[in-house]
Amino acid sequence: MAGLTDLTAEQAIAALRAREISSVDLTEAHLARAEADDWHAFLAVDRDGALARAREIDAMPERPPLAGVPIGIKDALSTRDLVTTSGSKILEGFRPVYTATCVDRLERAGAVVIGKTNMDEFAMGSSTENSAYGPTLNPWDRTRVPGGSSGGSAACVAARQVPWSLGSDTGGSIRQPAALCGIVGVKPTYGAISRYGLIAFASSLDQVGPFARTVRDASLLLGHMVGRDPMDATSLDWPDPIAVPDAERLDGVRVGVVEELMGEGVDPGVRDAVEAALRTVEDLGGTLVPVHLPHSRYALSTYYLIAPAEASANLARFDGIRYGHRTDHAENLLETYENTRAEGFGPEVKRRIMLGTFALSSGYYDAYYGQAQRVRTLISRDFEEVFSQVDVVASPTSPTVAFPLGARTADPLAMYLSDICTIPVSLAGLPSASIPCGVSDGMPVGLQLAGPALSENRLLATAHALETALAFDTRPPGLA
Amino acid sequence: MPAVIDADVVRHVARLARLALSEDERETMRRELSGILEHVDQVRGLDLSEVPPTTHAIPLQNVLRDDAPRPSLPTELALREAPEVAGGGFSVGRMG
Repeated sequence: MAGLTDLTAEQAIAALRAREISSVDLTEAHLARAEADDWHAFLAVDRDGALARAREIDAMPERPPLAGVPIGIKDALSTRDLVTTSGSKILEGFRPVYTATCVDRLERAGAVVIGKTNMDEFAMGSSTENSAYGPTLNPWDRTRVPGGSSGGSAACVAARQVPWSLGSDTGGSIRQPAALCGIVGVKPTYGAISRYGLIAFASSLDQVGPFARTVRDASLLLGHMVGRDPMDATSLDWPDPIAVPDAERLDGVRVGVVEELMGEGVDPGVRDAVEAALRTVEDLGGTLVPVHLPHSRYALSTYYLIAPAEASANLARFDGIRYGHRTDHAENLLETYENTRAEGFGPEVKRRIMLGTFALSSGYYDAYYGQAQRVRTLISRDFEEVFSQVDVVASPTSPTVAFPLGARTADPLAMYLSDICTIPVSLAGLPSASIPCGVSDGMPVGLQLAGPALSENRLLATAHALETALAFDTRPPGLA
Repeated sequence: MPAVIDADVVRHVARLARLALSEDERETMRRELSGILEHVDQVRGLDLSEVPPTTHAIPLQNVLRDDAPRPSLPTELALREAPEVAGGGFSVGRMG
């Protein structure tokens, strides 16, 4: 069955439709790799459920649009009866009673869920080392992190355990691991995809999105998830269908190069790869325009007030009463809460709950949370100004390539700096993609593209044209 | 000047967050939160009195649905994952 796991989703769908392969064979081939899992990309593999669904789809007289192609789902997304932990001990063994809308839409369209992928606990982290179940390893180099928080979802696509997967992105958690694993990751406009069933981290920032090995595959997956859901009041009516892009030119496209994200703090090897990719924009007929996001230097601070504040409120629900872990050591209700949470949460989650609770507490709210919300407005205005001049902005996705396991775990601030390029876009709620654009130090480099709200089609078209010209090989060297 | 995070502040915030912390954890937390607050302090000094706050990056107004009855989660399913159940409800334990 060699070769089945190297197919893109698009190629697999064509072969399935032509009845050259079956969903059962395709699913088996991917299950075998997911079960071997040399990278700890998966927290759970659902062999029986996946094969049952593949058999059903194979028996259909006409294949559904996604035709029985396997997919990996970040463990932050609820899947009915399938254990969902969000990478936390507090949800060990938790079986949701409903499925997230986005996963439900994909299953109805013919996707086969083969398992749940590893992640930083409650999506808080940039390396997947904060998972309560142990880190995921980078398929390009097992001594390095895959990025995070959706590290399992990125690694499983790079390692050919699935052709595509879902992640969630609050400050960079799709784009940064996509960059560090050499694949494509897309964070759509805030509200594009329903958050119903996504275990909440920071509700004003959280957004689900696809990982894939091609922009076309990512676009196809995105197209089946967008649109209003009555269960999420922030979900948007989607104006135009998501197109699977095919243009190879960039004539007339103006690409803004964010000066603030190309300088200090960006590794020279990363900068070189990104600059080389940007020269390709001109080869394809596009123009490069230097642009400025003057308030981006406040973005990290703003994010690390807003996201923990929202997280501290969202994570209040984990109290040991309705689901999840409950402590055995409590004399009264207050101790039940305090000890349940002390036992169930890991260090980074505790740190952010404390930071967020502080930022929202009486006497500090205006100075921290309130102030951060105002800076957020300035960051959005910077983007509005820039998008009056250009169609898309470009920068590195991550200031460095994948770092060694353990390199940043002792210093929270050093870890937070991993997201310095992705956070401004998140604060503004804009659509953004990371595509692999080169190699530095033997590791993949990601190029981040972002556009105005709802401009996914132009963004993905730009990403596809660049991807085609760059012809990056997404197969990690030495991958068995 | 960043807000001073001392042992009392850590204790107070941990209580608000319903989080039991050991003595060691409190000291680590004090040190790390101080470091992070020092970093984020740059936003405190900005004069932003004329800038409105963003609560929602993509503006939406009056998102309403019909107030129509619909089936809810069956009790047994709602209770399925509870650590302790009593009399068709969640068991909370002693309050005092």
